[in-house]
Amino acid sequence: MAQVSSIANEQTSTPLSSSTSITLRISRFNPEHDESSGFMEFSVPVQKWTTVLEAILEVKKHFDHSVAVRYSCRQATCGSCGMIINGKPRLACFTKISELNSNVVTVEPMNNFPVIRDLAVKFEKLFDSHQKIKPFLIRDDTELESDEKEFLQSPEEVEQYIQFANCIKCGLCNSACPTMATDSSFVGPQALAQAYRYVADTRDKGKDSRLKIIDDSHGIWRCHFAGSCSQVCPKGVDPAMGIQLLRGYLLGFRS
Amino acid sequence: MANDEHKEGIKGMANPGRYGIERVAYWMMRLSGLGLLAYFIGHIYETSNILRGQVGWDEVLELTQTTEAHIVLAIVIGMCVFHTVNGVRVMLGHGGIGVGKPARPDYPYEPASQNYRHKIGIYSAILLAAIAMMYGLAVMFGE
Repeated sequence: MAQVSSIANEQTSTPLSSSTSITLRISRFNPEHDESSGFMEFSVPVQKWTTVLEAILEVKKHFDHSVAVRYSCRQATCGSCGMIINGKPRLACFTKISELNSNVVTVEPMNNFPVIRDLAVKFEKLFDSHQKIKPFLIRDDTELESDEKEFLQSPEEVEQYIQFANCIKCGLCNSACPTMATDSSFVGPQALAQAYRYVADTRDKGKDSRLKIIDDSHGIWRCHFAGSCSQVCPKGVDPAMGIQLLRGYLLGFRS
Repeated sequence: MANDEHKEGIKGMANPGRYGIERVAYWMMRLSGLGLLAYFIGHIYETSNILRGQVGWDEVLELTQTTEAHIVLAIVIGMCVFHTVNGVRVMLGHGGIGVGKPARPDYPYEPASQNYRHKIGIYSAILLAAIAMMYGLAVMFGE
């Protein structure tokens, strides 16, 4: 990345009624023609409710429309706008600039994901790992007959897995995981937490096949319970808990 | 970027504090494990000198009586105690013990697995390692 510029004093074409502004440092990298990444700095007016995503979109609108960022729902539901914000993986739409307590906000692409451009990363491996653990109910009687009722569960049975069903596949957990940082073959906390989600579901009958998939040297045994995945999850999924509970099945603590 | 997968690599551990005490414990567990492995190899070399007879053995023992060697041994004691105590905590966690129960999460989504029990376990491991190091230093330098 050759060009690093600062246009901190430039005025926006549509001034906002804001008394404060922050410096937004955006990582720029295009793998097609850049050797390394660099930062561009922009002075962005902010309100106390301004999110990091809104600040990035402000830059795209008024300063540099070529900044690459993936986003969609703007409400922490689609899992598209994960990025490293001031050193930690977070959702840009779910992170208010005011809560960062800094006048300088640095945004970078998520670690442990190949970079498409700037802040956008490839999710293929995440989705492949997710698919690998069979993220669906496995039953012999898959199709319901017309006179049958749905599969009933008690509230207690739902509690066993509902937390893990909140996963939006944003990849923040995989980005924070220290094992993912060094092991390219590790299945990752996202997929392991989802394996637990289905294993703990009383409607599911695929426990043995799923445990066989994750019982691998690059599977569940590579998790060392650092817990960083749970600390960055924006939906309260707590992958570290799911992984340890899942390991309990393999170690014979649970059945 | 030289790294196509954009892996954070070992340097990701360089700033363990950003993820809290659990990540610090993870980092210290790795370091103490490597340190104990290095000590184990050194210890085998040290004790193998007994094959050189009384004179060779006395020479090696003399090396261990220096101030530097005492400090190294104190660090080894600390690593050993931390690795043991934190290892027990991690093993219990790996069995699903003390990691909390699944429940519908409420904002701000404090992860139940990062609960006070594990934090106490980590701080206990650090405290016990420090006490053991101080005791070791007192014994070695108190003679």
